[in-house]
Amino acid sequence: MTPLPIPTLSETSTALCFVLILLVPLAGAGVALINTGLGRSRSAAHSMMTSLVVIAIAALVYFACGFSWQGLVGRSAHLFTIGHAGWNWIAAESFFMRGLALDGSPASLAVLLQLFTVGLAALIPVGAGAERWRLGAICASTALLAGWTYPLFAHWVWGGGWLAQLGTNYGLGRGFVDAGGSSTIQVVGGLTALSIAWILGPRRGKYSAQGMPAAIPAHNTVFVIFGCVLALVGWLGLNSAGALLFAGVGVERVVLIAVNTMLAAASAGLTAAIITRLRFGKPDASLTANGWMGGLVASSAGCAFVKPAVAVIVGSVAGGLVVFTIEWLEFKLKIDDPGGAISVHAVGGIWGVLAVGLFAQIPGENAGQLLAQIVGIATLVGFVLPMTYGLNWLLNRLYPQRVAVGGERQGMDLHELGAEAYPEFVTHSDEFIPR
Amino acid sequence: MKLAGFFLLLAGGGLVLTAVALLASPLSRTIFVLAGAGVEALGMVLVARAHLPKHGDRG
Repeated sequence: MTPLPIPTLSETSTALCFVLILLVPLAGAGVALINTGLGRSRSAAHSMMTSLVVIAIAALVYFACGFSWQGLVGRSAHLFTIGHAGWNWIAAESFFMRGLALDGSPASLAVLLQLFTVGLAALIPVGAGAERWRLGAICASTALLAGWTYPLFAHWVWGGGWLAQLGTNYGLGRGFVDAGGSSTIQVVGGLTALSIAWILGPRRGKYSAQGMPAAIPAHNTVFVIFGCVLALVGWLGLNSAGALLFAGVGVERVVLIAVNTMLAAASAGLTAAIITRLRFGKPDASLTANGWMGGLVASSAGCAFVKPAVAVIVGSVAGGLVVFTIEWLEFKLKIDDPGGAISVHAVGGIWGVLAVGLFAQIPGENAGQLLAQIVGIATLVGFVLPMTYGLNWLLNRLYPQRVAVGGERQGMDLHELGAEAYPEFVTHSDEFIPR
Repeated sequence: MKLAGFFLLLAGGGLVLTAVALLASPLSRTIFVLAGAGVEALGMVLVARAHLPKHGDRG
């Protein structure tokens, strides 16, 4: 099997694809609102401002150099050979997208989609580093993600790279399949979030001397829930456009993709609500929202290749996974992730990728598909995580990423922006009193 | 411990790629890929333990 090249689209399909791509920024808006709502009020303006800056830097850096590493299927790339097989590991495009015709062709639509998705990937770590990650460091870290980490892995999956060619070269199904970016966007962002949470350490006052975590509740649940709805709209565009451009499916599958996306999110959100209701006596809004997002994340990889009933299963498992891993990370591993980014995007994304191998019915050869998906996950954990951790660790040595103690106490809004999100509110806080 | 953990992550990833590139039999390829994933899991345990806050450290 050969990885499918970027398809030729009719005029109608091109127009549809363009409109779908224009929905994708809503996914970023949703993630930004969720990150902001789940944090404290004294860092709300900083969180939203950061999100805007992250999207801007990601797009500019991707334009300047990211695309040159990522490339597209069938265009110039660097290869090395092992045995009979060529391993396509990085693209060889020009910087600043020189030589790329932005003419409405499928290739140009794929580039437009990437300009938005790279920003979405870069927004994910913001949730994990909330309330203690300096704006300057966020900008630098975003540049590393958009300029190197994201394009490299996206080339392997969406640019005709070696993961996409596992089917051609080694007979592993269709090669690594990820239609909507469960791995390329979500897991890459989620593993970077994990790296950031490790490097920054927990917020002051999050853990007692005995290691018990303090509950720091979301300051605006309305933002969080509205963010989930916005994210759904964005994901409908992301999954549909991604499947059209990167998985070679026809326009006739767009309805199936939308149905699967909605069902996965719905079942994941309800599963999280039911689990928290059973465990805590009342449904937890924050965890339900995170469950919903986990369902969206998990739906992306196989959205075009599973039946609706399977999408419900994928979403339900994702919702459960998100709830339990958030608690596990907080209580057992002492990882302070205010936005739940690691559980939602890394764990949910890995489950989505694995679900393709378990359930997807991809046209053509399916034997070995599960192994191809496992190889992709192993690549994310074995290479992308050390790489993104190493880059951010190095950045932290050169330019400390964590805000000073006084700044964290004061709140990121006043400390870094000089103005609060809610200036009419007087806030009192006792979370710095040693317990 | 952190360095050893990251070394195990890379070693596990290397084992997976080597299995894919060099082994032809589906069974042995699957076994070695899973072994590589297991090595990565060990690496994750070490890295996670290395990042646990020290006793008395309140963040």
